[in-house]
Amino acid sequence: MTQKKWPERWQEVNIGCIVFHPASAKEYHTGSWRALLPVWDNTKCIKCGVCYIFCPEGCISADENGYYSADLDYCKGCGICAHECWPKAIKMVGEGEDHV
Amino acid sequence: MSKRIGMEVAIAVAEAVALCRVDTIAAYPITPNTHVAEHLAEIVAEGRIHAEYITVESEHSAMSAVMGASATGARAFTATSSQGLMYMAEVLPIASAMRLPVVMVIANRAISGPLNIWNDHSDVMYQRDCGWISLFAENGQEMIDMTIQAFKIAEHQEVLLPVNVNMDGFQLTHMVEALELPDQGEVDAFLPPYKPYATLHPDRPVTMGALGVPEIFMEVMKAKDVALREAKKVILAVWEEWYGRFGRRYEPITSYRADDAEILLLTLGSVGETAEVAVDELRKQGKSVGLLKLKLWRPFPFAELRQAVSGARVLAVMDRAVSFGGPGGPVAAEVRSALYHELKRPLVLNYIIGLGGRDVTVEDFINLAERAALALSRGIEEPFEFYGVRGA
Amino acid sequence: MLTVQNFDLYAPKLVDKEEYFSYGHRACQGCGEALAIRLLCKALGRDTVIVNATGCMEVVSSLYPTTAWKLPWIHVAFPNAASVASGVEAGLKILRQKGKIADRRVKVVAIGGDGGTLDIGFQALSGAMERGHDLLYVCLDNEAYMNTGIQRSSATPFGASTTTAPAGKESIGNKTWKKNAPEIMVAHRVPYVATACHSYPLDFMNKVKKARKIEGPAYIHCLSVCPTGWRVGSEACIKMGRLAVETGIFPLYEVENGKYILSPEMPEKLRPVEDYIKLQGRFRHLRPDQMNIIQERVNKDYAALLNKVKYSLPWS
Repeated sequence: MTQKKWPERWQEVNIGCIVFHPASAKEYHTGSWRALLPVWDNTKCIKCGVCYIFCPEGCISADENGYYSADLDYCKGCGICAHECWPKAIKMVGEGEDHV
Repeated sequence: MSKRIGMEVAIAVAEAVALCRVDTIAAYPITPNTHVAEHLAEIVAEGRIHAEYITVESEHSAMSAVMGASATGARAFTATSSQGLMYMAEVLPIASAMRLPVVMVIANRAISGPLNIWNDHSDVMYQRDCGWISLFAENGQEMIDMTIQAFKIAEHQEVLLPVNVNMDGFQLTHMVEALELPDQGEVDAFLPPYKPYATLHPDRPVTMGALGVPEIFMEVMKAKDVALREAKKVILAVWEEWYGRFGRRYEPITSYRADDAEILLLTLGSVGETAEVAVDELRKQGKSVGLLKLKLWRPFPFAELRQAVSGARVLAVMDRAVSFGGPGGPVAAEVRSALYHELKRPLVLNYIIGLGGRDVTVEDFINLAERAALALSRGIEEPFEFYGVRGA
Repeated sequence: MLTVQNFDLYAPKLVDKEEYFSYGHRACQGCGEALAIRLLCKALGRDTVIVNATGCMEVVSSLYPTTAWKLPWIHVAFPNAASVASGVEAGLKILRQKGKIADRRVKVVAIGGDGGTLDIGFQALSGAMERGHDLLYVCLDNEAYMNTGIQRSSATPFGASTTTAPAGKESIGNKTWKKNAPEIMVAHRVPYVATACHSYPLDFMNKVKKARKIEGPAYIHCLSVCPTGWRVGSEACIKMGRLAVETGIFPLYEVENGKYILSPEMPEKLRPVEDYIKLQGRFRHLRPDQMNIIQERVNKDYAALLNKVKYSLPWS
């Protein structure tokens, strides 16, 4: 998990606490929160994109072949993708468990 | 070339706001500032200025709307009094924290309990800590001038803070005075278009109004305090420029026959003009009395105050608001605090006068000055006194 | 029928890939509201300004000095999303007229939770919608004041247990029925009013796109499942939203200029409310007879809605 960087001195605080860097929340890796993580079985995946559309983090994306996976820096392990997957191609496994 | 004509002060203030080419106005009516909002609506309806007028459904929404407009880069204005100011109290410190340069005219009126629509300073004094720049006008001309100055001060790149300009409700708002409105060209030369620091627009997306966790909050508060203090430099510079352009001088504290005075009175707002007449009367009688009129309330003019009272033996501070169960009036409390560490300082007295529109006359001021003189020899027992209360 | 279903299945691939609400936000695992925001922003596109009331989404997305937002965004206070948005709309309008900003339409969208919209923010909402600003207001309804810890709001359903209206020996939990926000907006003659849910993402996004086109006020009420507050598993949010719609507890419909239109996602026959209620911890204290009260109310309300769908006429 990356450390939040605080402006060190009061002189460095932005006027009005305005944040000028869109999507800078990426600096915080919410992936450290999870207990379970999603694993795709590409033999079952039909590349429909339902997991992608239902992820509240928006961290699921397709590779060049159209198969989906979650960005583990941000995946919170909620399990929505596994629950909604039509052909049941996604399994939630425990963090640290063998899932190859 | 501007000419002097008789105008109701509230109407004149609306005209002054129009001269500043304001972009967005959102105001809710409340006696006694309603005429400001109404006349501005007329001006917009007649097409004399090109502005958006939002007939908001409450003062909280008025301030919120004005903040939203300012955040897009529009020059924004609102006006209110008393309960209206209290209703928008929640958003006032947010406006200063977000550094939105909105201008608000406050027609000072008593805060309720019981309902009272007449003049005192309890409304603006209740919001002392909100982080806004605060100016007090003594008469209609000062109101016009300060309203126009307010935009320039607020929008200055080194300030970027909201400004409120205070005028006494009814005592000023509804008075017809001989006033000089600058013409459009003069105002345009003085007040350039607003160049915002950051705006809400997809071409450069920003996030405004972020959450501030404890690790950052003290730094943010310090930065806000420093910004307000540093604004004084800009205020003085703007006043210097105003004097150069219009020949009318403004200072944080205006002295009237105070240089060699033993006894000083200190007032805010229109009551100062009455006090001036009393000072003249007392001087005729050979009394060493002078008057200080505070024009700049926030940021508090510490240096100017210490300088102005350095020669006096007693300073009677007139407050038109009171902190119940506390040390008396807010102005006296701050004056005492400002003078606490001075090696040489006058005896500071505090009189609460003119609450809820109670009239304060020349005789009253003469009386107060005489009591101040007496206090020099007798000393004081109470830190403050409600002046003119029956049943004493 | 089958072809349409298959199309819906693959339609997520046609959606704009740009994420205007970035990961890294601090919402709970499985947060329906975060998903709703993500979908909302996809539908709105780049030329949008968001005005956000205080609430879950504001707090999780804007921790200084970072932000999850790629769109211009402002938060002021809790009750004033609609009034700040009125000011933003007026400001952008006048600046565009005066040639001070680019000459293209930037949509102002106000977002508030059920608290910030229907309770503390109700006055501002009513004022803004009544004044006719070119403003889309989206209420993300998770049926309680979730950010402060699951307190009851006027959108909390009958019988739900919340911390300020908890279920107990003397109490069924929330004693009142959900405030009907879309109807209130229709009464304000808002030209486009719709209900939506993140479990029907394409329906939601289409409604947002439609609302964006309106040059005037529009209101979308989006049911957003809160696994934390509703006491369901973090993976259940899509399923819960679906059940809310399928049981008729939260029907999907639009009101275009006064004409009621039932959304195509609504099933022909409603499922019993028990299917939805029994799965949520906030309703676990409800007895069958209490569930019946809810079933009867849903039946009545849904019949009234179908009636409006059949007989309502557009205002003009």
